[in-house]
Amino acid sequence: MSALPTPAPPVTPETAPFWRAAAGGELTLPRCTRCARFVWYPREFCPHCGGGEVSWQPVSGRGQIYSVTVVRRAPHPAYADAVPYCVAVVELDEGVRLLTNIVSSELDAPAIGQPVEAIFDPVDDERAIVRFRPVPIGREGAS
Amino acid sequence: MSLRGRAYIAGAYEHPDRRLPDRSTPQIFRDVAAGALADAGLDLGDIDAVFCDSNIGGLSSLTVSEYLGVRARYLDSTDLGGSSYLAHVGHAAAAIAAGKCSAALVLLAGRANTPVRAPELPENGFEPIYGPTVVAEYALVAARHQYEFGTTAEQLAEIKVAASQHAQYNPHALLPDPVTVDDVLASPVIADPLHRLDCCVITDGGGAVVVVSPEIARSLPRTCVKVLGHGEAVKHAINGGGDLTYSPAVWSGPAAFAEAGLTPGDVDYASIYDSFTITVLVALEDLGFCPKGKGGAFVADGALRSPSGSLPFNTDGGGLCSNHPAFRGGMTKVIEAVRQLRGEAHPNVQVPDCQIALAHGSGGSITTRMGSATLLLGVADA
Repeated sequence: MSALPTPAPPVTPETAPFWRAAAGGELTLPRCTRCARFVWYPREFCPHCGGGEVSWQPVSGRGQIYSVTVVRRAPHPAYADAVPYCVAVVELDEGVRLLTNIVSSELDAPAIGQPVEAIFDPVDDERAIVRFRPVPIGREGAS
Repeated sequence: MSLRGRAYIAGAYEHPDRRLPDRSTPQIFRDVAAGALADAGLDLGDIDAVFCDSNIGGLSSLTVSEYLGVRARYLDSTDLGGSSYLAHVGHAAAAIAAGKCSAALVLLAGRANTPVRAPELPENGFEPIYGPTVVAEYALVAARHQYEFGTTAEQLAEIKVAASQHAQYNPHALLPDPVTVDDVLASPVIADPLHRLDCCVITDGGGAVVVVSPEIARSLPRTCVKVLGHGEAVKHAINGGGDLTYSPAVWSGPAAFAEAGLTPGDVDYASIYDSFTITVLVALEDLGFCPKGKGGAFVADGALRSPSGSLPFNTDGGGLCSNHPAFRGGMTKVIEAVRQLRGEAHPNVQVPDCQIALAHGSGGSITTRMGSATLLLGVADA
């Protein structure tokens, strides 16, 4: 868990499986059953090949920072009391890039290329927010 | 069929105010429509097409045409964020060339200081919960650009410095005082690596242009600006596979140049959307004014300063110093290009013998989903 805010994300029929898995501590992504590419953000169809079916696939939750910034002023309203906080694009080992937060005790430490792993901040029984933290020293490359 | 030379910009008007607490958005629509029509020497009854974004809500262009009293036969509420108005000029030119209308009003009006509610959108569960401000999203692009290409904060700051040099001659500019690279770097960091002075101003107001057929253009006493080419494009982050180092200008730019039969080397003046300094840097590369990754060195050599630089830009002071009405900077990009081609920019920043101008807008957010539109404009006999 982090100390960041946990604004409740809207749950839709398309996204409910994602939130249920996250509440259980698992990162899952929809994947096209036809072209096998991942779909992000979640949809119930494939925006790449037009396929009409996706299946939910658990992924490692490991990746690296593709880009990162620290919001120091003029925060998002839901984060008014959380300044400074870290917003990043993380590239998962599976190749998907997603917007997220990096949770770190030292805000200046996260750098592009830094290995990270998913953590899950509970919102309620149905939902958890997926964030990432730097992989502790000595654990890089561990499976 | 190319639209080259098939339409002209006959009137252009920028609202002179930057704070409008006591004027409604419809009223501002009326202000800018009247201003552009007066500049063109036309009456509302001459207008048969209305183009605006969807910011006002309701039925957008229909709502505005009703409010203004335009009996429109062509309406377009295409919303590409801040790039909408450049797209609208292209759409209006195409509609005029196709005979769908003969005189179009392209409008922007709004109040950036009035809170609005966000609509329900499919990405809402996966982006806003992380607190990504607009500044943060452009900061992510700047950070990646610095990482991949070695771009420096000083190089980004030069873009603001050049804009501020121009703004000092604009009596309406919100920030008319020239600043230095050190001033930019000493201003507070909003989201690393962007400082306060890397960010555009927040203003009320708007602007409008009138696009007419060649026949009407010839009948008017005002100098008209020829629409030479137009391109628009969108880029989104499907599969989160977004590459943050480029914008949709890589498509809208070449499309506009191809239609105009021109190359970046032909451009005498450029209005480049400048929501942030990094927005300009990426656009310069994507439009072909310098190779990808070389934007930092390009601007550091003073290329953007008018009239001495190789590519004078945003001679009104741009969004960085003058005006960014309703969080949308595209309209003022067209208007300053018209001023340059008419020879009506401030004498200290007027590009000598300005024949060809580029106006480029972008909208949405560069990290997630962005629209862009590029116009090539020329003097009447270009």
